[in-house]
Amino acid sequence: MQLYLPIADIPVNVFLILAMGAAVGFVSGMFGIGGGFLMTPLLIFIGIAPAVAVASVASHIAASSFSGAISYWRRRAIDPALAVVLLSGGTIGTALGVWTFTLLRSLGQLDLMIALSYVVLLTAVGGLMFWEGLRAILRTRRGMAVPMRRSGSHGWIHGLPLKMRFKRSKIYLSVIPVVVVGLIIGFIGAVMGIGGGFILIPIMIYLLRVPTSTVIGTSMVLTLVTMVFATMLHAVTNHLVDAVLALILMVGGVTGAQFGARAGQRIRGEHLRLLLGLLILAVGIRFAIELVIRPDDLFTIRETGGAG
Amino acid sequence: MIARISLAAVGLGLGLSAAFALSPAHAERLIVSVSNHRVTVTPNYSGEELVLFGSVEKDATTPSTRTNYDLVVTVSGPRADMVTRRKERKFGIWINTDYRQFLGVPTYLALFANRPFDAIASPEVQRRQQLGLNNVLLTQRVGPDYADVVPNDAFRSAFVRLRSEHGLYREATSAVTFLTPTLFRTGIPLPAEVPIGTYDVEIKLFSDGALVTRAESAFEIVKVGFEQFVANTARQSGLVYGLVTAFMALMTGWMASIVFRKD
Repeated sequence: MQLYLPIADIPVNVFLILAMGAAVGFVSGMFGIGGGFLMTPLLIFIGIAPAVAVASVASHIAASSFSGAISYWRRRAIDPALAVVLLSGGTIGTALGVWTFTLLRSLGQLDLMIALSYVVLLTAVGGLMFWEGLRAILRTRRGMAVPMRRSGSHGWIHGLPLKMRFKRSKIYLSVIPVVVVGLIIGFIGAVMGIGGGFILIPIMIYLLRVPTSTVIGTSMVLTLVTMVFATMLHAVTNHLVDAVLALILMVGGVTGAQFGARAGQRIRGEHLRLLLGLLILAVGIRFAIELVIRPDDLFTIRETGGAG
Repeated sequence: MIARISLAAVGLGLGLSAAFALSPAHAERLIVSVSNHRVTVTPNYSGEELVLFGSVEKDATTPSTRTNYDLVVTVSGPRADMVTRRKERKFGIWINTDYRQFLGVPTYLALFANRPFDAIASPEVQRRQQLGLNNVLLTQRVGPDYADVVPNDAFRSAFVRLRSEHGLYREATSAVTFLTPTLFRTGIPLPAEVPIGTYDVEIKLFSDGALVTRAESAFEIVKVGFEQFVANTARQSGLVYGLVTAFMALMTGWMASIVFRKD
């Protein structure tokens, strides 16, 4: 069934988008991530303008993280104080991100920057995760106990001033690194059309030492608020949010996520990390190839305004 | 969904809405009409074809020897500014580097004739009358000046080629058919991504390489339905649109958490 997307300005097959939403939802449910880093590239690959893809996926992630956040809230797996501090940085980061997005778009370099940031971020994070997962699997094969990875003491982070007690997470931590982390995630989320969960969760575990009981729920709150905010800003400044596209993605996504979550419970942790690492790495490499090989067409056209 | 009008309707259409040539100095008169003056684009619109038909009316002063007419039809859609960018290899990757601005160029442009432009008129007349995509004026901003460039300019030809690939620019030198020596018709294909607005149709009649007379007509493309409402709202009231979209996202998420609630 063909449907015309009002903002993306192209006709698409509803079932294709629905299936993509469900597939990404499945993956995101399985790994407990938002899935923006998969959704945005997929939309770009089927021909939707990168700018529209980024802006529309923001609202799609808002929907999936909201349903996730509700269930984590019921299980009391969200640290409200930590979420608020993260958000203070996150909202500023999002605003900066949308501003940068608008600037790059007017310079004609937005598509390049989106692709470049995907290459850098995804190959780095994907490579690390893959390596970590592989090492953990090899270690268990050899019969060694998997050590809980704490990667050094990070004394300097815990020596920073403005310390605050986060009761539910049972940690005593300076607010400075928390705000900075929120800012960075908000920024890259708005520019790249990702929730940032796959970067935020490792940072929170390894760097801020947030316990695993509250880390996913709290990161979902940050994702939720920054993505709602990003949707608003993209709608107001760039008019690029395609609500029809977003709605189809949401419906597919939230459904797929439920099945993904069930499948995820049956797979071992390190295998899950290995798979996720491979997936992220693959998307990053796909973008890298796109940049390096000679494009089919060296020229592009963009409408810049009506002349009456 | 291609709406072709049957020949039977030609006679009716001629009487309904005919545009008359304005220059009485000539011996011929063109009477033309398009099959539909208002095309509505609905959500499942996947392209349509309008039909332009008309006839050459002779009067007493027309030289009786004049029978071989040539016709060129130019359809130009609403005008807009556009930027064409060129990618170049820098540091091993392909980056947008150089660009040209096209000012007030038609978003849709179609040129139809009954035979090749070279056979209709001399290169000089082709240029003056803007016959063919190579001769149509496409204004570029060149430094502080505004000018069109030679047809084989890299940016101009890339611009025309890209628009043609989307069916938005086209040239067909056998699209106009004469049903009788004076009665003619041509189809105007409108692809799915056709821009909305007013389209001008200009019909030029040539004989022996010289312009005899011209006529004008127009039609309008409007988008209706839910998606157009969405597009308008997004452009005109971004804040409300953003709020509604964000609210929709939250509702969907909330619904999902209820539907799939695990006890």
